[in-house]
Amino acid sequence: MAENKSNAKDKETAERISKSLDKEAMYGGHVDLKLYHIPDESIEVKKMTDLDSIIKSSLTNVGISADGNAGGNFLMYNNKVSHRSSAQEGLEIMSVKEAREKYDWLEDYWWKLVSPEADKYTARSYMEDSDGYFIRVLPGTKITSPVQSCLMIGSEEALQTVHNIIIVEEGAELEVVTGCLTHDGVQRALHIGVSEMYVKKNGKLTFSMIHDWDESVEVRPRTGIRIEEGGLMTNNYVCLKPAKSIQTNPSAYLEGEGATAYFNTIAVAHPDSVLDMGSRVFLNASHTKTEIISRTITIGGEVISRGDIIGNAPEVYGHLECNGLVLNENGSQKAIPALEAHAMDVEMTHEAAIGRIARDQVEYLMTRGLDENEATSLIVRGFLSAGIEGIPEILKEDIDDIIKKTADAS
Amino acid sequence: MLQIEDLYVEVAGRPLLKNVSLTVEKGETTILFGPNGAGKSALLSTIMGFSNYKITSGKIYFKGKDITEAPINERAKMGIGIMSQRPPNIAGVKLRDLLEIETHKNLLNLEEMARSIDMERFLERDINVGFSGGEIKRSELLQLSVQRPDFYLLDEPESGVDPVNMAQVGNMIRKLICNKKACTSHDPERKASLVITHTGEILDYLDADKAYILCNGTVMCSGNPNRLLKEIKTQGYDECIRCKMNLTQIQ
Repeated sequence: MAENKSNAKDKETAERISKSLDKEAMYGGHVDLKLYHIPDESIEVKKMTDLDSIIKSSLTNVGISADGNAGGNFLMYNNKVSHRSSAQEGLEIMSVKEAREKYDWLEDYWWKLVSPEADKYTARSYMEDSDGYFIRVLPGTKITSPVQSCLMIGSEEALQTVHNIIIVEEGAELEVVTGCLTHDGVQRALHIGVSEMYVKKNGKLTFSMIHDWDESVEVRPRTGIRIEEGGLMTNNYVCLKPAKSIQTNPSAYLEGEGATAYFNTIAVAHPDSVLDMGSRVFLNASHTKTEIISRTITIGGEVISRGDIIGNAPEVYGHLECNGLVLNENGSQKAIPALEAHAMDVEMTHEAAIGRIARDQVEYLMTRGLDENEATSLIVRGFLSAGIEGIPEILKEDIDDIIKKTADAS
Repeated sequence: MLQIEDLYVEVAGRPLLKNVSLTVEKGETTILFGPNGAGKSALLSTIMGFSNYKITSGKIYFKGKDITEAPINERAKMGIGIMSQRPPNIAGVKLRDLLEIETHKNLLNLEEMARSIDMERFLERDINVGFSGGEIKRSELLQLSVQRPDFYLLDEPESGVDPVNMAQVGNMIRKLICNKKACTSHDPERKASLVITHTGEILDYLDADKAYILCNGTVMCSGNPNRLLKEIKTQGYDECIRCKMNLTQIQ
């Protein structure tokens, strides 16, 4: 009887959510979902080292090493989980579906930070009963070695829908590096990634995402983050390779006294691409703090940098910084920083700057013997690295490639 | 080493230098005096090749080659090095990032070089961002000591440096120009230089060979640096300008 009742409820929910299957998103261009299909192809490996060499080398482009030495690994190929493993005590890594079977309490975290009815992308992910990673760190556990997760699209015209949950329990610490990419040869695809991240009291989460899509891939991540008292979240987002369109606007809810969220974005808009990227932070408790920093470059594409800080409690601090460079006459940059206060004693600031590479900087470096390209590379690398502390070596090469392309085109 | 012939230069359509001719011989320390706005920095910038400074006529030769049209980095590679007075900030680029490019090539020990002028901790700082006047000078000199040019363009090495740091800056310049050896004027082992100074303080550290006075964008006189400095200190620049005017009239 009870089961029937819950089935009926599920059916009702599904019916309600299916009404949003045509609901356009607030931002980002229209994507026709009919052009994509859920692929059947999948792979499964026991160990990361078992992956074929082409996949392994693609993974290095997004900062993922398949040597099997990471603190934990998760790999999803198209819409199925290919591998999951944890090498550390107190670290749980499984598919989100497995986790839901194992833990009744997961209902409290299930689609609670991202509404399935938000738009057609979330609705579709919900209706597809999407799988994804479940990463949880037990209370007080400090995970020393970063967890690698990888979302890979391996089929042409694939629709990849993913649903992820991360839980950092009280006093725990976790670092996750996520690489998102298309497998060799795939050109057209749509990635919808729903991620819900929970940082409990005094927990610490560093989440870095590196994208390496192809020129015709459309990307619609949907992320919600909840941070409790004294918790800290650092979110790094890196997208230097081409993609047709990306629209993302993660929301962080700082619900406990002294919670902190940092958002760092570095991105390059290649010709004919549209990057609509933002971060939204709700400062809902006193002494919460956020800094949103983005450094974007266009070499022919369109960049829209959004940032919203909403102060709903006294004595909160927020700072927003969007800096953009236009390196090609066909490129465009639009910065839309927004601050909103609904409480007294808030300190919220923003600065936005769009420009070009300063000639005097290039020439100054040239006086030391660097040629114009070398000087420009160094400056652009500096510009981007001011967005994220310590850019990995592999990305430096990407940046140099981009500069070279830009120089060749002009 | 350097030869400038009938140089005319404008910035944004405004003439700044006219009919400038001067030479700097190998091993020579040459001083450039002149009141504010005379065009001294413009001359150094033009020699270095900065794009704002447009040569409308005249020639610049360096080591016998015509460099009038050469790009900045070519000039640097040929052996010209500049110590700018107000170099730009470059956010995100650490001093180390720039210097390592050169030290790798020449197998120099960057840490040691930086330590010797107390600039070690600046290697991790963004170039010129938040540097004090003295720190900018030391950073410029560290860059030059890595670059090791044959000809130094020094734009007011004493400006913005407090008296305590002046000795350090002065001695560093002496060491660079003397090519690490004790040296006196006209020593062929010395590196050549063209040095702008207002106060003449730098002359305590360098044995200067020759000086030019630049007024209103043109060379008014040349002569013994210490004598000219003494004249400027007692009579200002007027005396020199007057003497030049008389000379022109006589001619």
